[in-house]
Amino acid sequence: MKTPIIDKIEQEQLKTEAPPAFAPGDTVKVHVNIKEGDKQRIQLFEGLVIARKGSGATETFTVRRISHGEGVERVFPLHSPNVTKVEVTRRGKVRRAKLYYLRGLSGKKARVKEKRF
Amino acid sequence: MNTILGRKVGMTRVYDAETGVQTPVTVIEVGPCTVVQRKTLASDGYDAAQIGFEPRREKNVTKPLRGHFAKAGAACARILREVRLGAGDEEVKAGDTVDASLFDGAGFVDVTAKTKGRGFQGVVKRWRMGGGRASHGGKSSLRSPGSIGMREWPGRVFKNKKMPGQMGDRQVTVQNLRVVQVRPEDHAILVEGAVPGPSGGVVLVRKSIKKAAKS
Repeated sequence: MKTPIIDKIEQEQLKTEAPPAFAPGDTVKVHVNIKEGDKQRIQLFEGLVIARKGSGATETFTVRRISHGEGVERVFPLHSPNVTKVEVTRRGKVRRAKLYYLRGLSGKKARVKEKRF
Repeated sequence: MNTILGRKVGMTRVYDAETGVQTPVTVIEVGPCTVVQRKTLASDGYDAAQIGFEPRREKNVTKPLRGHFAKAGAACARILREVRLGAGDEEVKAGDTVDASLFDGAGFVDVTAKTKGRGFQGVVKRWRMGGGRASHGGKSSLRSPGSIGMREWPGRVFKNKKMPGQMGDRQVTVQNLRVVQVRPEDHAILVEGAVPGPSGGVVLVRKSIKKAAKS
């Protein structure tokens, strides 16, 4: 249960600009701020959004990609200061909110249809 | 004063603006508390302050207690608790108030509260024992404690042997919790990690007795 105080604290944590609208099934490029010593750089992580979880400041999304033949999933907090940008490169047409079934599929079966407007 | 009464509100997560690291925090609503009675070495044999927390309507307070509050010039409170005073607290007197700003720059706090009651529990849940084996004829000893001692010598079970019994609903103090944020305007503080008891439970928050803020 969220009380007024917790609500207020979480509101302060939210990013000021509205986060880009993306949903499970979309392919996104996530710009992640990485600190190495005193240097800062941006790393890209591109993949398919397979889940969005939670609400408010604690909302996260999971991005899945196949890297060197191995499935890699990363969970990003939506409102983290380190997630500087989320670019949507492709809209997918899916019928469920969590695409965990993709984990068990590979190759042609693991494709998601593109959404046509 | 280094202690204050409060209520656990619940948990959430906050980001560090610089590093972007997410920290799990417990939100504790603390104070404002009023000193209702001051106990002194001269009159009571020890130094302490009785503090009241959360307002209560006067009509719901018994007459003797009403008098007690009136004597201090304090508003009626729902919860009364006595806290020990330390060095530098000689000036504290009845009618003083303390609030969340007490923890400005405190760094670390200790939190005392009653844990959630879990009833009568076996040794597997209560003491994290392994229990018996599920196969090879384990049958009747799946969650049993096993042997509880030796033989004719010593001929008794040692004290404090871990056995089934009441779990939870006892007072626990968690020490050295880092204060992540102090919010005097909300009468709230944010401490890193978990705090005993249910959300909405009464907690006693004290400046850490072991750990001070890095200066």
